[in-house]
Amino acid sequence: MTVQLDARPPAAPAAGHQRLSSGRLSRLDTRLSPYLYIAPFFLLFAVFGVYPLAYTFWVSLHDWDLLGTDHPFVGAENYTRLLADVDFWHALVNTLGIFVISTVPQLLAALWLANLLNRGLRGRTGWRMAVLVPNVTSTAAVAIVFGVLFGREFGMVNWLLDLVGMDAIEWKSNRVASWVAISAMVDWRWTGYNALILLAAMQAIPRDLYEAAAIDGANRARQFWSVTVPLLKPTIIFCTIIATIGGLQLFTEPRMFHSGTNPIRGGPLRESQTLTMYMFENAFAPHYNFGYGSAVAWLLFALIALVAAVNVLVLRRLGGGAGPRKGATR
Amino acid sequence: MSRLWRASPLTYLALVCAAVLSIFPIWWMFVVASRTSDAMGQLPPPITPGNNLGANIARLFDNTDAYFLIGLINSVVVATTVTVSVVFFSSLAGFAFAKLRFRGRNALLLVIIATMMVPTQLGVIPLYLLMTKLQWNDRLPAVIVPVLVTGFGVFMMRQYAGQAISDELIEAARMDGCGTARIWWHVVLPALRPAAAVLGLLTFMTTWNDFLWPYAVLNDPANPTVQLSLRALSDGYYQDMSQVFTGTAIATLPLLLVFVLFGRQIIGGIMEGAVKA
Repeated sequence: MTVQLDARPPAAPAAGHQRLSSGRLSRLDTRLSPYLYIAPFFLLFAVFGVYPLAYTFWVSLHDWDLLGTDHPFVGAENYTRLLADVDFWHALVNTLGIFVISTVPQLLAALWLANLLNRGLRGRTGWRMAVLVPNVTSTAAVAIVFGVLFGREFGMVNWLLDLVGMDAIEWKSNRVASWVAISAMVDWRWTGYNALILLAAMQAIPRDLYEAAAIDGANRARQFWSVTVPLLKPTIIFCTIIATIGGLQLFTEPRMFHSGTNPIRGGPLRESQTLTMYMFENAFAPHYNFGYGSAVAWLLFALIALVAAVNVLVLRRLGGGAGPRKGATR
Repeated sequence: MSRLWRASPLTYLALVCAAVLSIFPIWWMFVVASRTSDAMGQLPPPITPGNNLGANIARLFDNTDAYFLIGLINSVVVATTVTVSVVFFSSLAGFAFAKLRFRGRNALLLVIIATMMVPTQLGVIPLYLLMTKLQWNDRLPAVIVPVLVTGFGVFMMRQYAGQAISDELIEAARMDGCGTARIWWHVVLPALRPAAAVLGLLTFMTTWNDFLWPYAVLNDPANPTVQLSLRALSDGYYQDMSQVFTGTAIATLPLLLVFVLFGRQIIGGIMEGAVKA
C-alpha cells in the first residue's frame, strides 16, 4: 500500500513559494488537532461527568427538597442520619446478599462453561452464541419474564420444585428467596458473557503446558486447577471486578421483579430493595429528598470502591499460593 | 490437536443443557406473546407458539397507559443517534490517543479509563437538576446528550487503532500532504471499520436497553422509551399477561435481530477486548 502512495507524481514545483505558509499550517495542524479530536469527550465529560460527581457531594451536604425553594446547608447531617437509618442498612444487606449469592456461582459456572467451550467442538460459533444470547436481551423485559417464572401460584419454578417433591417457595415475599430469584436472573444474563471472556484467556495458554502436565501424570481436573486457573488469574480478577461494579449497582432487575403498589421498595417489606432503589426512593418519588438521596449515592460509591479493593487483595492472596513452576511460566 | 482437547458426548450434553437454560426464557416469552393469557397458568407450560399474536399486538398498541408505539419510535431515535455519535467521536479520539503525539496524552488517557469506573447512580441526581435547568426534562435530549461519546468507546478505538494502523502508513499519508483530518478520513476510518462495527453494535444494545437514567428523567408517561413502556405495562393493575409479554418480546426483538446478524462480530469483540484488558 505504501508503494502505491510513494508512486504518486511529486507535487508541482510551482507550489514552492507556498511551502512556508503551508508548513506553518501543518505544524499548527499536528499540534492542535489532537486536542480537537479528544475535546468532545472531555467537554461532555466535564458537563455530564465531573460536574455531577462533585455536585452530588455538594447536594448531599444540604437539606435539599426538590419542591422547596431554599436548600439550607446541613453539613454531615444527611450522612449521620443515614448511618442510623434502619432501611438503609436493610438495603445494604440486601445488596450485599444478592451480590454474593449471584457473583460466586456466576463466576464458577462461567469458568466451567469456558472450559467446555475450550474443546474441539462442532459448531463452535453456534454454542458461543447460545450461551451469550441472554446477555443481549432487554433487562427490563427479562425481569418481567422472570417475575412470572418465579410466581407463587402458577410460576414454573415452583411447578418444577413440586415435580421433585418440594414445597412451593414464596419467591417474592420471602427475603432470602427473593435474593435467590434475582440472583438467578443476574446469573442467567452474565454467566455466558464471563465465560467468553475466560475462554479468550484460556485460548492464550500454550498447549505444551498441558502436555507437560499430562506427562507428569496430572489428569484433566488436576490440569484445570493447577494450570488453567492460576494462569487465568488476571482475567478472573477482571471478571470479578466487573461483576462487583455491576452487582452492587443492581437496579433494573429487582425493580422490575416487583410490580404492584410500590415496587421501588422491592416488595411490601423491602425484601429485595437494593441501595440504588433506596437512593431512587429517597431522591425521586415519593420523597424527593435530593440531599438524602445524594448521600446514599456517595455511600454506594464508597462501598463499590471498598469491595473492589477487597476483591483485588483477596484474589492476589489466593493466587499467590500457586506453585513455583507456574510462577516460572508467567 | 491432542486427545485431551476433543469434546466427549458428555461435553455436548452439558452444552445442550446450558443452551436450553439460556434460550428457554426467551423462547417461552415469545410463546406466551403469541397465545391468550390462559397460557400463563398452564402447567406443564406450552412450548409452541399459538395464533393470538396479532390480537395481542393490536391490544398492546391500543393500550393508552403504555404509549408503546411512541416508546418504540423514541428508542429507535435515541439508540441510533447515540450509536452514530459514539462511533464518530470515539474513532476521532481513539485515533488521536493511539497515533498522534501531544502533551498530556497519557494523563488524559488515564482520566478516560477512570471515568469507566464511576457508576451512573452517582450522577443521577445532579444530572436531573441540570436537565431541569436546561428544561430538557421529559425530552429526548436528556437521554441522548450525556452519552454522545463514552470512555469505553474511546478506549476501545484507541486499543484497536494502536495495532491496526501502522505508523508508516500515517507518515506516508503525511508526506503526500494530508492534514490530520484527511488522514483520519482516508486512512484511519477505513482501517477502523471492524472495531467501529463492534462498538456500534454494543452501543446500540446498551442504549436500547438502558433503564435507570430514562426512568429518572423521562417522567411524562406519554413520552417514554420502550423500556419505560414495559414498566408502565407491568405495573398496571390489570394482569393481561399475554399483552405484557408481547411488549417484552417486541422490546427484545431488535436486540435479538442484531445478535443473529452480527453475533460473530459481537463475540469476537467481547473476546478480543478481554485479552487486551
